Amino acid sequence: MKDTKNGSAEWEKKFSKTCETSGVTNPSGREIKPLYGPADIESLDYGRDLGFPGEYPFTRGVYTTMHRGRLWTMRQFSGFGTARDSNQRYHFLLDRGQTGLSVAFDMPTIMGYDSDHVRSHGEVGMCGVAIDSLKDMEILFDEIPLDKVSTSMTINAPAAMLLAFYICVGEKQGVSSDKVRGTIQNDILKEYIAQKSWIFPPEPSMRIITDILAFCSDHVPKWNTISISGYHIREAGSTAAQELAFTLADGFTYVEAGIKAGLDVDKFAPRLSFFFNSHLDFFEEIAKYRAARRIWAKRMKEKYGARKEESLLVRFHTQTAGCTLTAQQPENNIIRTAYQAMSGVLGGTQSLHTNSMDETLALPSEKAVQIALRTQQLLAYETGVANTIDPLAGSYYIEHLTDKLEEEAEAYFEKIDDLGGVVKAIDLGFFQKEIADAAYRYQREIEKKTKIVVGVNDFVIDDEEIDIDILRIDYRVEREQTEALKKLRSERDNGAASTALDALRSAAGGTENLMPRILDCSRAYCTLGEMIDVLRDVFGEYKEPIVY
Amino acid sequence: MVSTDDLLKRFTDGDRTALSKIITLVENHESSFPDVLDRLYPRTGKAYRIGVTGPPGAGKSTLVSGLVQRVRADDKLVGVIAVDPSSPFTGGALLGDRIRMQDIGIDPGVFVRSMATRGSLGGLAEAAGDVADVMDAFGQDIVITETVGVGQCELDIAEACYTTVVVIVPESGDAIQAMKAGLMEIADVIAINKADREGADRIARQTQAMLELRGERNGWSPPVICTIASQGDGISDLFDQIEKHRVFQTESGLLKKHRRGNVEATVKAIVESEIHRKVWGERSLSKLHSLVDEVMGGKRTPRQASAEILSMIDGR
Amino acid sequence: MERKIRVLVAKPGLDGHDRGAKVVASALRDAGMEVVYTGLHQTPEMVVEAAIQEDVDVVGLSILSGAHAVLFPKIVDLLKERGAGDKLVIAGGIIPEDDVEELKKVGIANVFGPGTTTTEITEYVKKEIASRSK
Repeated sequence: MKDTKNGSAEWEKKFSKTCETSGVTNPSGREIKPLYGPADIESLDYGRDLGFPGEYPFTRGVYTTMHRGRLWTMRQFSGFGTARDSNQRYHFLLDRGQTGLSVAFDMPTIMGYDSDHVRSHGEVGMCGVAIDSLKDMEILFDEIPLDKVSTSMTINAPAAMLLAFYICVGEKQGVSSDKVRGTIQNDILKEYIAQKSWIFPPEPSMRIITDILAFCSDHVPKWNTISISGYHIREAGSTAAQELAFTLADGFTYVEAGIKAGLDVDKFAPRLSFFFNSHLDFFEEIAKYRAARRIWAKRMKEKYGARKEESLLVRFHTQTAGCTLTAQQPENNIIRTAYQAMSGVLGGTQSLHTNSMDETLALPSEKAVQIALRTQQLLAYETGVANTIDPLAGSYYIEHLTDKLEEEAEAYFEKIDDLGGVVKAIDLGFFQKEIADAAYRYQREIEKKTKIVVGVNDFVIDDEEIDIDILRIDYRVEREQTEALKKLRSERDNGAASTALDALRSAAGGTENLMPRILDCSRAYCTLGEMIDVLRDVFGEYKEPIVY
Repeated sequence: MVSTDDLLKRFTDGDRTALSKIITLVENHESSFPDVLDRLYPRTGKAYRIGVTGPPGAGKSTLVSGLVQRVRADDKLVGVIAVDPSSPFTGGALLGDRIRMQDIGIDPGVFVRSMATRGSLGGLAEAAGDVADVMDAFGQDIVITETVGVGQCELDIAEACYTTVVVIVPESGDAIQAMKAGLMEIADVIAINKADREGADRIARQTQAMLELRGERNGWSPPVICTIASQGDGISDLFDQIEKHRVFQTESGLLKKHRRGNVEATVKAIVESEIHRKVWGERSLSKLHSLVDEVMGGKRTPRQASAEILSMIDGR
Repeated sequence: MERKIRVLVAKPGLDGHDRGAKVVASALRDAGMEVVYTGLHQTPEMVVEAAIQEDVDVVGLSILSGAHAVLFPKIVDLLKERGAGDKLVIAGGIIPEDDVEELKKVGIANVFGPGTTTTEITEYVKKEIASRSK
């Protein structure tokens, strides 16, 4: 009856005369209707479901003033080669108006191997900067005042060590730990689920994380202790609903771990932040951010008893989807990235990274990075999209999608609970299988051309000449790092270093907070690899389950 | 193309690449395979064969990896055959057992081979046995064959081994499930893996009770061992029980009986597959098709049609 | 009996980006091949050992961290050293055009970059293996 009242039945009849009403799906595999109307948001209650920006349940934004008060932080993820190479890139970006730093580490650093380890061969400085000890960190932030910039570090299993290095650099600059601002990713659960850069098994990993939560709430209060990340889950091939659900489920698991470790939820939850992907489907992405805010706020309040408003907020960083970039006609990536960035901004992001066009070929060149940064500046200063808060609220489509995504996420939460929680579900390969299946399905759609990727399966240029400059990393980096390590080990006080490592070992075997021990190791110029080796010894290594 | 002689020479010299090639030619039933197996047969009979089976997700590969490391501690050579199902639709297979065997990855005393079931009816057990023979002939002291405990032919493979370890996990339902699948019937040792999980004690008790009900078989009652393979817990106990079973079988003469049974089964299988091959030649197949037409046309009964074909063979 | 094509899909190096490797592994399986997947974080020695033990016809390598220039040639060399230089070695990942030429020189038969369809890969493998067994 309602449909008739809204006139939609008659419209649908006219529409279906010339056009199929079904059969259109988005990259998440979601069926999209040609039109949404009042019937699709019938149950929407403004006060209950949306609220005003800065008001519970924060669907419209976590702050009252949002981008009118302060634009998002333009934060380009960057790092390569030696600490000196990256330091120069950071100065380049800051000079061009970037407002925050975001450090990319190389694989050996991410996996806790020193640059001279046999497993590091060929990897040093390749996809990020090589950091072996506090020495390298001092160079990385040379002439960058840590009381002026905020720094995000994409580091997980060895997050505690890199945070310790950062705090020590602050100490040397005369900036105390309560003044430094930034983020460590420190989200190990999504490593098991998607990104797969793990070192230790889940249990000790969670212990390191709760140690960081406890230490930072006392000593580094402005630090974001975990950046709960959906980005990699999406890059691994998940749908939007899976990204949303798995990320928030991870977040709840950290909250539960903190509470179980005896911490007051309102003491650590305000420092949890999020990191989402911005993928192809413009509207679905916007709805995803809105749903994330609402779900988190509700659960934190109702299930975990958080009382402080800051504990309820999904403050998030966004990165445009690297997996949607194409090697073919790479300049097209500029446009893809621009649209994705816009949905991040309309979704109310707190900071943003825009990918460079050449990232399917290599690390981005200066030119490509500049265009990517300019994309954000254009959005901020020319398009006008930041002038009004949550401008798509009230749209039948957006509100419907927001509700749908919330519903789908809740269904996943139930499923995960049935399996015995996130860690158990990881062990069973649940997330990994869901993601791998979605990735394979998407690939099949591209190959069957039910999904068009411009320049890849349609609008192809035959014998295309790719004409963009790319950044090359040479083996100078590995050589230099190896020599620097040799020098470090001969010049430092080796007695002090091994005392600090022994203290770390015994702390790891017991229950005391590891952070002070790791800080002592850093100050004694122990290397990252030395610290991780000690913990590997005590904690063991994680082994991947068989999933396909 | 490498000659068979050359390949066998390299094989007897301990060349692992040659071992691998011979496994391939045996598995693929390439034309030289009967000759190769015959020439290797005198070298077989030394390896102790252990079968590991259980439902999917029970942690078999991890457990096998642990057993291998335990065996290696005694400086013995090990061969592993990891059998996974082929897709009935495409004939392809994803063989992922090596993922859980990283710790033994480059140990020169270990040789791991993944095999797909290839949808062969009964032929799989034969092929797996042949591959175990090849590893035996190469000098591996122990050959472990891992199969998913579904389907009869997987069970046959496990049973052809001298000691069969059945792996179950607390959440694989209960012991009754495993009983239904026929797993308990073939178990010489039972491992309750992932024993740190809820329900482990209960399933261990249930299993024990069920085994007591079944009673001893040939004077052996299967022990139930709790393991946490991912942490290496219980592996040593498990190995001790396998060893105990080996000694028991050797001393009681059961091992000899088991081997005799295997030889008999092999001979029968070869005869049967040869008969099959001989019966269904080109001539008899075309005859079959025309006879089927006649049956469909109401001119004959199926029984009469088969009599026709049989007479064709007898008369040859 | 039709000879099955056996493929090793391996992830040498430290990066954990296994989306591509797994999609390709599934596609090869669906094309009727037997695919042995090694799992993550393999050293060149582990990859080569697996390739030999499994006697695969094809070794498919995937690296997204930039370590290809060192690790791929090392794998090819080790294969040759172990008398397994006849295997078809193919690769995928984030690999710049200039490196592709270098890799082909050292014995990587083909490099499949982002945007390659799995059909291209399965067809290529079938064709190459068919031409070799002639």
